Amino acid sequence: MPTTTPTPGLDLDAIREFGPYLQYARDIRVDTGVEPDRLVKTHCCFCGQQCGMQLKVKGNTVVGVEPWYDFPFNRGMMCPKGIKRYLQQSHPDRLLHAYKKDPSAPSGFSEMPYDEAIRRVADEIDRIQREYGNDAFAILSGASLTTEKTYLMGKFAHMALKTANIDYNGRLCMVSAAAGNKKSFGVDRAANPWGDILGAEVVWISGANVAECAPITTNYVWQAREQGAKVIVADPRITPIARTCDLFLPVKPGRDTALFNGVLHLMIEHDWLDHDFIENHTVGFDAVAEEVSKWTPALTAEVTGVAEKSIQQAAEWWGQASTSFLMHARGIEHHSRGVQNVMSAINIVLASGRIGRENCGYGTITGQANGQGGREHGQKCDQLPGGRDLGNPEHRAYVAGVWGMDPDDLPQPGVDAYEIMRKAHSGEIKGLLSICFNPVVSLPDNNFVREALDKLEFFVAIDFFMSATSRYADVVLPGSLQEEDEGTVTQLEGRVIKINQVVDCPGEARRDWEIIQDIAKALGRERGLTFSGPREMFEELRIASKGYTNDYSGITWEGVEDNYGVFWPCPAETPEGVPLPGPQGTVRLFEPGSWNPIAKGAGPFYFPDGKARFNVTEYVGPTEDVDADYPVILTTGRVVSQFLSGNQTRRIGPLLDHYPEPKIEMHPRLAAKLGIRDGDWATAESRRGNCTLRASVVKTIRPDTVFIPYHWAGRKSANQLTISAQDPISKIPEYKVCAVRVSKAEAPPEYADQLQPQQ
Amino acid sequence: MPVPATLEFFIDPARCIGCQACVQACAECDTHRGQSMIQLDYVDRAHSTQTVPVVCMHCDSPTCAEVCPADAIKRTEDGVVHSARKPRCIACNNCVLACPFGVPKMNTEMQLMMKCNMCYDRTSVGLKPMCASVCPSQALAFGTREEMARLRPSARPVNTFQFGAQTITTKVNMMVPADDGPDWVDVTAAMHEPTIGHQMLDDIFDDDVFGGDGFIDLLNDDPADA
Ligand code: SF4
Ligand code: SF4
Ligand code: SF4
Repeated sequence: MPTTTPTPGLDLDAIREFGPYLQYARDIRVDTGVEPDRLVKTHCCFCGQQCGMQLKVKGNTVVGVEPWYDFPFNRGMMCPKGIKRYLQQSHPDRLLHAYKKDPSAPSGFSEMPYDEAIRRVADEIDRIQREYGNDAFAILSGASLTTEKTYLMGKFAHMALKTANIDYNGRLCMVSAAAGNKKSFGVDRAANPWGDILGAEVVWISGANVAECAPITTNYVWQAREQGAKVIVADPRITPIARTCDLFLPVKPGRDTALFNGVLHLMIEHDWLDHDFIENHTVGFDAVAEEVSKWTPALTAEVTGVAEKSIQQAAEWWGQASTSFLMHARGIEHHSRGVQNVMSAINIVLASGRIGRENCGYGTITGQANGQGGREHGQKCDQLPGGRDLGNPEHRAYVAGVWGMDPDDLPQPGVDAYEIMRKAHSGEIKGLLSICFNPVVSLPDNNFVREALDKLEFFVAIDFFMSATSRYADVVLPGSLQEEDEGTVTQLEGRVIKINQVVDCPGEARRDWEIIQDIAKALGRERGLTFSGPREMFEELRIASKGYTNDYSGITWEGVEDNYGVFWPCPAETPEGVPLPGPQGTVRLFEPGSWNPIAKGAGPFYFPDGKARFNVTEYVGPTEDVDADYPVILTTGRVVSQFLSGNQTRRIGPLLDHYPEPKIEMHPRLAAKLGIRDGDWATAESRRGNCTLRASVVKTIRPDTVFIPYHWAGRKSANQLTISAQDPISKIPEYKVCAVRVSKAEAPPEYADQLQPQQ
Repeated sequence: MPVPATLEFFIDPARCIGCQACVQACAECDTHRGQSMIQLDYVDRAHSTQTVPVVCMHCDSPTCAEVCPADAIKRTEDGVVHSARKPRCIACNNCVLACPFGVPKMNTEMQLMMKCNMCYDRTSVGLKPMCASVCPSQALAFGTREEMARLRPSARPVNTFQFGAQTITTKVNMMVPADDGPDWVDVTAAMHEPTIGHQMLDDIFDDDVFGGDGFIDLLNDDPADA
């Protein structure tokens, strides 16, 4: 049912009813320093570092936070988001009922009883699937859910709905890293625990705004530097971690493969290689050597915008180190050649032979809370639990066996999250259920996304706050916050940890897994979806993941609690003569002599021959390069006080106050050319949309690039501008580079006097 | 209970990443009534992301207490200088103006000077202050001297500050490079030094080796040429 949509983000009546409003401590505390009834040990609901913390509880209200000093990853450290997350639990915007779209209501929604809402959802799913086929109903899920819930979402889609079309918001986050890791190592996990950073002689950070997006990692990097490590940072901006690095490589957005190829070129030229390692533990080096032979320092400098002498210095330090740690994040992954970028980074690690040993490491920095666990157990469009493939007959047979169904009844692999939107736009997909996903803010070219949602016949969103996306829904079901449920997540080191329930759901809100099971029951398809709770789901997931790469079969909740987490793979059984991993699981991957179910002892990497792969990484520039019409590069990213689409953090007063509204960051030389001064309104315009924000004129960014943080909705959303070009392998969108033109705005934007900063 | 003498506060502004975790956590400490006692400022955002957290240095002879006409500011035996005591403070602002480090702030609503008290409710029972607990860069750190020496071999703690002719010694330590310089920080001189990391990074983008003004040509003044 197409609806009339007001100017995006300016549906003031909906905002008036559902927020975002700001919550401050003074609103929830009877008295400051109220004695809590109890402290509950759990983890942060935001980024992939999953800091351990204790929440203070009074009655059924979270009233504060206390550091959890014993949790080994962060030892009490937290960033501002973790400290203030407690303000979301008793938030006035919290959805306490189910809602239905109601054009006669001022906000466009009216309350409906929970049971009636479930009935309606089930009827619509049934109708759409009967009329248009199973695949016409799609599911979008998320990587901030616990692993048990992600497992349930995959099972619900593949077994109950039999739709091919389920995908998740990790598609916008880490899939390039995942695909690159699988192609190079055969398995997708940070290879090392973060403790290995501490003894590294060189720490290489590419495309990772560590201080703002993975703040706790900062202390690991600084500690390494105190012990003499050299820190190399490659980024188009002088981020806080770059400010005091030893070597800054101001790489032009979209040119990372060129940079790594150039470094490998010099490593080969100077014979800074580990020949034994290359010979015995890898394949494919010669082809890569040939590919990088053309990447002379001069060419590398020309393409990347990094000075030749800096490239040489980087190669010299990296090439000659005896220990090292290379990490990267979305900066090299959010590209239409994101997988290529990741593999080119891994190539310089493999050439150095510095992996699989103490202080010799590699890792991608996970973004979302369960960015790691959420991409392992079957909510990706081509995946089954345990990292198994939906397209692989053996894998289908195994999982179908666990689920008690005929493998032929499992759907074939479906399409990625953005393709789901395209199919909704073209009318092929008619119905959608979304949970833990806010595509109207988070997907690129979001004017297109809005149109797609408008075309759906039925859209149901499960949410705890009315997100910009939920406002397009026909039915909104009130789900649960992380603190209202229990389960496991896997943090950025590959450590499975336990989220503990702190309080109960308020009003008619339900734990997400109850909602999914209620829908299945109303559909009459509840077989296999009658779990009594997350623990029972985890027990089944242990079996479903058994015997493959992401093996959780030897992990128990008790083991997780007793050991401050357990690193996967952790098989329950190994062949005779192969020792089981210790109580902490497999802390470090690829150790010499280690066993895995793919190599079966042939070598430490997860391929039948046990060897890692060098992959030829041919440099291809960004999909949309600058030209005379759109002469400036736009790159997007995060600020420390906000998280993802901001649906949670834009409601937390003290976090919003830290950085109230998005700004366009630009270099003074660019600003001078455009006649823009710090604080002026400026408009950035791409081929897809435009956005007017205040300018922040700073010398800490390349003069050819502007930066906009993407946490805001509506007319403040950076993703009005970004391009929906995707990596051919990982399908990640190219958030980190597109072309824009920038000008001084003639007048303040329409929203300026109508919206509060967070809205 | 006094703060254990073995546990000390160490500040290393060079590590600060401006995340404001300290500011947010300070407000969570039970004694601070939901307010943060920490100031965090950019030194010069147009040029650098360098930020500096300001906590009370807990001076051995606190100027704030010396200038207080109401004798409202108390320094306990363990060296912690406390917020003004409510019944005494007359909100005269003397301490705010006199503190060489710019620490005390007047809470006009409460008519009371409030400042960092090193989370006395925590430190006096052997816990870390909130800010130093959470600081993800450990620019603010709390622990023993031995721990610091082991973790930070390239730095050393200094607690003597020179403001022109005035010498101030403090309970809180500032980390400075291990290998050079005197055993005090000349604050007046330091005010004129560039921000940390400035030398290496300032104007790196003006280096015409890596791109120069080439792209600026694309920003054509004359659209007809485009
Ligand atoms: S957002 Fe990340 S760094 Fe910040 S407290 Fe949460 S888990 Fe820790
Ligand atoms: S730093 Fe300022 S407020 Fe703190 S004790 Fe010294 S004079 Fe008083
Ligand atoms: S918490 Fe630490 S790094 Fe963050 S602003 Fe405060 S002092 Fe700086």
